[in-house]
Amino acid sequence: MERPLTINIHPGQPPLNLKEYESVGGYAAVRKAVTNLTPQEVQQLVQESNLKGRGGAGFNTGFKWSFVPMGPDAPTTKYLIANADEMEPGTFKDRLLLEGNPHQLIEGMIIAAYAIQANIAYVFLRWAYKKAAELITKGIQEAYAKGYLGKNILGSPFSLDMYLHTGVGRYMCGEETALLNALEGKRATPRAKPPFPQVSGLFGKPTIVNNVETFCCVPHIINNGAAWFKSLSYSEDGGTKLYGVSGKVKRPGAWELPMGITMRELIEEHAGGMKNGYRLKGVLPGGASTDFLTDKHLDIKLDFKSVSAAGSRLGTGTMIVMDDATCPVGFVHNLQHFFAQESCGWCTPCREGLPWVEKILWSIENGNGREEDMELLQMHTRLLGPGNTFCALAPGAMEPLQSAIKYFGDDFLTHIKEKKCPYQ
Amino acid sequence: MLQESEILAIEHELTLVPHKSAAVIEALKIVQQHRGWVSDEAVAAIATHLDMSPAAVDSIATFYNLIFRKPVGRHVILLCDSISCYVMGYKTLYAALQKQLNIRFGETTPDQRFTLLPNACLGCCDHAPALMIDANLHTDVTVEQLETLLEKYV
Amino acid sequence: MPTIYIDNKPYEVKAGKNLLETCLTLGLDLPYFCWHPALGSVGACRQCAITLFKDKEDTQGRIVMSCMEPVKEGACISVSNATAKAFRGQVIEWLMTNHPHDCPVCDEGGCCHLQDMTVMTGHNYRRYQYKKRTYLNQYLGPLLNHEMNRCIQCYRCVRFYKDYAGGEDLNVFAAHHHVYFGREKDGILQSPFSGNLVEVCPTGVFTDKTLKQHYTRKWDLTAAPSVCQHCSLGCNTTAGERYGKIRSITNRYNGAVNGYFLCDRGRFGYEFVNDENRITQPLIRNRVPEAVDEQSLMDHLKLLLTQSRTLIGIGSSRASVESNFALRQLVGSENFYQGVSLDEAALGKLIASILQSGAVHTPSLKEMEQADAVLVLGEDIWNTAPIMALSVRQAVMNSAAANALQQTSIAGWHDAAVRELVQDNKGFLANAGLTASPLDDISTCTLHATPHDIAVMGFAIAHAIHPGLPEVPQLNNELAAKAAQIAKALQQAKRPLIISGPSCYNEAMIKAAFDIAGALNTGERKAMLSYVLPACNSMTLAMMQAPSFEKSIDRINDNTVVIILEQDLYRSIPPAKANAFFNRCKNLIVLDSLHNGTTEKAQVLIPAATMAEADGTLINNEGRAQRYYQVFVPTTGMVKESWKWFWQMRSLQTSSGNGLELHPNDWLTKLEKTLPQFNGISRVSYPPEFRIHGQAIPREPHRYSGRTAMLANLAVSEPKPLQDNDSPLSFTMEGYPNRPPASLIPFFWAPGWNSIQSVNKYQQETGGALSGGDPGIRLLEQKTGTPTAYFTDIPEALPAPRNKWLLLPAYHIFGSDELSAYSAAIRELCPEPYIGLSTQDTAELGITDGKNITLVAEGEEYTYPLKIQEHLCNGIVLLPAGLPGMPALTWGSWATIAPSLKNNAV
Ligand SMILES: Cc1cc2nc3c(=O)[nH]c(=O)nc-3n(C[C@H](O)[C@H](O)[C@H](O)COP(=O)(O)O)c2cc1C
Ligand code: SF4
Ligand code: FES
Repeated sequence: MERPLTINIHPGQPPLNLKEYESVGGYAAVRKAVTNLTPQEVQQLVQESNLKGRGGAGFNTGFKWSFVPMGPDAPTTKYLIANADEMEPGTFKDRLLLEGNPHQLIEGMIIAAYAIQANIAYVFLRWAYKKAAELITKGIQEAYAKGYLGKNILGSPFSLDMYLHTGVGRYMCGEETALLNALEGKRATPRAKPPFPQVSGLFGKPTIVNNVETFCCVPHIINNGAAWFKSLSYSEDGGTKLYGVSGKVKRPGAWELPMGITMRELIEEHAGGMKNGYRLKGVLPGGASTDFLTDKHLDIKLDFKSVSAAGSRLGTGTMIVMDDATCPVGFVHNLQHFFAQESCGWCTPCREGLPWVEKILWSIENGNGREEDMELLQMHTRLLGPGNTFCALAPGAMEPLQSAIKYFGDDFLTHIKEKKCPYQ
Repeated sequence: MLQESEILAIEHELTLVPHKSAAVIEALKIVQQHRGWVSDEAVAAIATHLDMSPAAVDSIATFYNLIFRKPVGRHVILLCDSISCYVMGYKTLYAALQKQLNIRFGETTPDQRFTLLPNACLGCCDHAPALMIDANLHTDVTVEQLETLLEKYV
Repeated sequence: MPTIYIDNKPYEVKAGKNLLETCLTLGLDLPYFCWHPALGSVGACRQCAITLFKDKEDTQGRIVMSCMEPVKEGACISVSNATAKAFRGQVIEWLMTNHPHDCPVCDEGGCCHLQDMTVMTGHNYRRYQYKKRTYLNQYLGPLLNHEMNRCIQCYRCVRFYKDYAGGEDLNVFAAHHHVYFGREKDGILQSPFSGNLVEVCPTGVFTDKTLKQHYTRKWDLTAAPSVCQHCSLGCNTTAGERYGKIRSITNRYNGAVNGYFLCDRGRFGYEFVNDENRITQPLIRNRVPEAVDEQSLMDHLKLLLTQSRTLIGIGSSRASVESNFALRQLVGSENFYQGVSLDEAALGKLIASILQSGAVHTPSLKEMEQADAVLVLGEDIWNTAPIMALSVRQAVMNSAAANALQQTSIAGWHDAAVRELVQDNKGFLANAGLTASPLDDISTCTLHATPHDIAVMGFAIAHAIHPGLPEVPQLNNELAAKAAQIAKALQQAKRPLIISGPSCYNEAMIKAAFDIAGALNTGERKAMLSYVLPACNSMTLAMMQAPSFEKSIDRINDNTVVIILEQDLYRSIPPAKANAFFNRCKNLIVLDSLHNGTTEKAQVLIPAATMAEADGTLINNEGRAQRYYQVFVPTTGMVKESWKWFWQMRSLQTSSGNGLELHPNDWLTKLEKTLPQFNGISRVSYPPEFRIHGQAIPREPHRYSGRTAMLANLAVSEPKPLQDNDSPLSFTMEGYPNRPPASLIPFFWAPGWNSIQSVNKYQQETGGALSGGDPGIRLLEQKTGTPTAYFTDIPEALPAPRNKWLLLPAYHIFGSDELSAYSAAIRELCPEPYIGLSTQDTAELGITDGKNITLVAEGEEYTYPLKIQEHLCNGIVLLPAGLPGMPALTWGSWATIAPSLKNNAV
């Protein structure tokens, strides 16, 4: 089983420096791309590999790049941004890549920048990732020193500057257009699409934002080809995937596995199954803003399509396991508290709706719920949907709620009837 | 007034952006790094330096979670209150911290030693519950460890 | 024109618009908050949701925000389907979770967009059971009240204040459901456009603090279309009255003039009408009792006016066309003067003749907003014509946006996307003035120089554009470089705009502005030239070519009767000169509304109506005649329009009639016949007998309350409503219930639309002209393509006399205007008198900021504290113009400066 993204990551040990990274084949892909391939060819390769964005939405990466204006009439400044804001509760996969092999990310970004002919790149890193900040800073310095960054990379006409930007908190910054505003020194409220960032992004210039894991796949595609990348996967989405499990399992952690392994394999084999005395009650398969799945879904394949078919989303692929001793109402309340706090305050449904939902859940949890509250919660799950709100935050927030009501509705009703939390 | 070292750092950031106001988040971070928090005076000083109005600077400063517009203690404890830590029992940790320090979220100990804040997911859910004190991440924290953990921070 | 289908009905609509404005234009009721026709769309509030279908077969559709969706050929949408309706209702319920139920005590109640939208969506029952969020409010100065709990977070306030008007001290703070709109700290809002927040805010967060002093609901106001009296732009206003007092001024939309906005001087400067210092009865001085009734007045006037004395009339730049013309008729054209200094009269005359020549186009404010390069030559428009400054700002922003949008398919109404593309880019603005101006912040090219230098730079620009014009000899390098830069930018523009005015008392500047505009006016390019004038009706006197009253001095003897119309001559010329004038006037009749230095000199003082009690016409700086209408009838019958008094005097002279036969329109018809330059002006309004379906137009909304009780303390039977013989408006709530013609709109209201947002029901298209055309008759249209003659008399640089400073006025939006300064709130914002000098001059004189210094001008001494003007050029001394209590000075003269002896005492 190949695991190209993590093969050179050894937890507990410092990551490879540039030299070591080169010695295991690092930066060969940059050389290949910049000297042998045209930007269009790189785009084409990535598109064919069926690499889907690992930030949650699962959009074909190469296809996303293809919207960037190219050629002599295109704006002279274009930007490329790595989304390393990782703040989705339950998500910790990018940290592994950032701390484990920063050069892999830098290399992927250089290639992607070449593919869209961007001349400035940013790593937008969340504040809390202190160690990653150090390592990326060092990595960028090394890459400059070696001519992988800066003017005329490897003697080609292509030039690229790369900077690290660390955020100051707010989940919203992970949303790609809000991220652009944050980078511009503004309030991280999202922007309307269209215009898409590919056309008018950072400082009004064409911009590509991709997730860290997405970029980390790119060098391997260039080195080994689209067919190889596809062959890594058990499903039609190309490549491997960093899956993670947290909650009351025996061995919480993150693993690089073929895209499309089953949830059962992930939880039972890799995470060691539930801790003794606990039963699996529900799973958020891809972070806090995905729908619950239950033990009935253990055999679904963890790829974008299959998880959708089961009524949830692969999201970030890092799952949170809810055990049978944890109150689903309290669980969902915790999530809604998070989302309500992290709403940027721009659009009405999210700004006003989420705190309402949070208050309802809190009162149910505390035994003050009323039967009408269920209808109100359901109304919110219906009306805080995609398109109704300005960005995907609130719709994301509704996913665990709507599925909690679907699967654990009885728990809600018990709270309301018994006027207390039965789990306490 | 900004200090020499703050100005120097801000000036460097200014070289990286197309216009001055784009460096405001960096400037706030720099000032907070130097002083622990961002006072009204600091907001005004940053505004002057970046040709912005104090209102424009404060609009940014108050948007973000981790720009402190009130004084904080010498050490800031950020306790993760997100879902994995919730499942793994951050509330017990919180109760223990409350008892030990006699402060709640948003408060500072009278000796100015600690400020306690909730924080969204710290990205180490496989080692929950977690907390950060200043720049240090502590994972798999148990109530028993707390006392020794805090001792390091005087 | 694309066809779209709304609820299965086809409509032909305009391309390039969004669906919200399209629906509103079609007359459909669609609720919205964050969108505003002048501010564009951002899609934040989610209130304007509609259902968009893929095609005609699609029955499901999806919810979209109509303000963010462009009109597309064949688009199928539904406004009324259940999904969209339910969602819109829910948005209101969400907003209401935190909105206090304080409508009964909220100043916005009855003219509240939020109330209207709540009713429109049908939301009426709150299911939210928890505590509401509460905020602390801020002190924002004397003009606005702040009540943050009412906020619905539509972001319009910041978008107007910051993005549209360039204000810096209002912003949004914090995040999620704690977002807060206000200042960083308590304090006076700095933007002179802050009052628009009252109307821009859809609820009661920002309300009019001056209205609060004498609060009245919108539905209880008697209102009439009015025109602002506080500068020469003639912004359209709605004045509202109750119990004989003006309660508020709100914006009266005029698509060509002020659009949706007013400046704070115009909005809050109304309280002179209510002032205790009002003249309400005629006085005959030195006679006991002094206050007389009308009959005694008439008897006295009869003696004065019929004894074949010479009459001298002094017209007023703040009185109506009708009053000025009636005075002119009374005294005879050769005896008609205007109450401004010689210099000011000459400058006004020059401007009028330039514009009357018809060689260049003088634009409306709306047209100015479309300019793609602007040059302001020496006029401090921020302070002398604030809304023009706002228009110039829009021009600068619009042209930057037009540039940025060239390569994209983004629509101009997509505000956030446009701003993102534009970034910090600005269109071309060159701002040349004596000292710093807030406009400098958005200028590409700024010049702080003496009037002479500004003027010669102007000539140099004209020469650079049109080499046939004379070259400026010995131009210094800075001026030459700037002239070249500006000339280039203007030449590259398609619609360049040149602005100047008389406030520097420099004739050459005005001429240079014309030369530049004329030179630019070739072929494709249509140059615009706009002059600011000193007062709301300066244009009328300039067009009448009335000489300065100073010219009349020699003609006055014991036998002349001097009639001064509505003005204080002490504001035009220094006290010594004015006193000398008054000493000669043995028979002085003054008509005015408020006591002042001039009224004190009157032997006969006659109470004149203010704009609130009068019908009259003003001609603004673009030559647009506009009618304002009487709002209410003053309780004392002695307060009348001056033109009425004059006609009464006239009938005394001729011993015919009773003086009541003429209506304003008759005066205008007479004026057209007498002075052809005013041709067309009689079309400014409808005749008094104009009726729609036999009905007059009511000044009172149909919900007007308490009418029968208002005078019940005097008599229980309700008196017969007052008649208005001068206009088609009635003083009651009865009358034509629908939309009146544009120039006769007393208030904006439509079923379901009680707030001022109802304007969209009165427009041809949302944000466009009012139905039937924007009010006002333009008297100055361009006649020829290019000028046949230019000014070639470039002034020589005269060396300044040794140790002398050129004395010039500094204008202040709050303070320089006479009438607005009567409002307590405005007075609070007026500066204290000061003497302004450049930093270098101050250093050389060895005096310190804030210390008293003495200025000697024409033998008079003036002692005030020194205020160093960092950006003022050397050799100029500035004093604030027109501050209450400050004497007039001879602007443009040379003055000396000495540290004050009183300094030591301080
Ligand atoms: C509220 C919100 C938060 C998000 N946070 C992140 C994040 O932390 N990291 C990330 O890569 N994508 C995040 N996304 C997704 C991004 O908007 C974007 O889709 C992604 O960065 C694109 O990268 P990809 O195409 O490589 O997946 C977030 C989206 C939303 C709506
Ligand atoms: S859904 Fe609306 S309020 Fe919420 S984060 Fe997105 S834009 Fe902001
Ligand atoms: S008016 Fe359309 S979203 Fe606010």
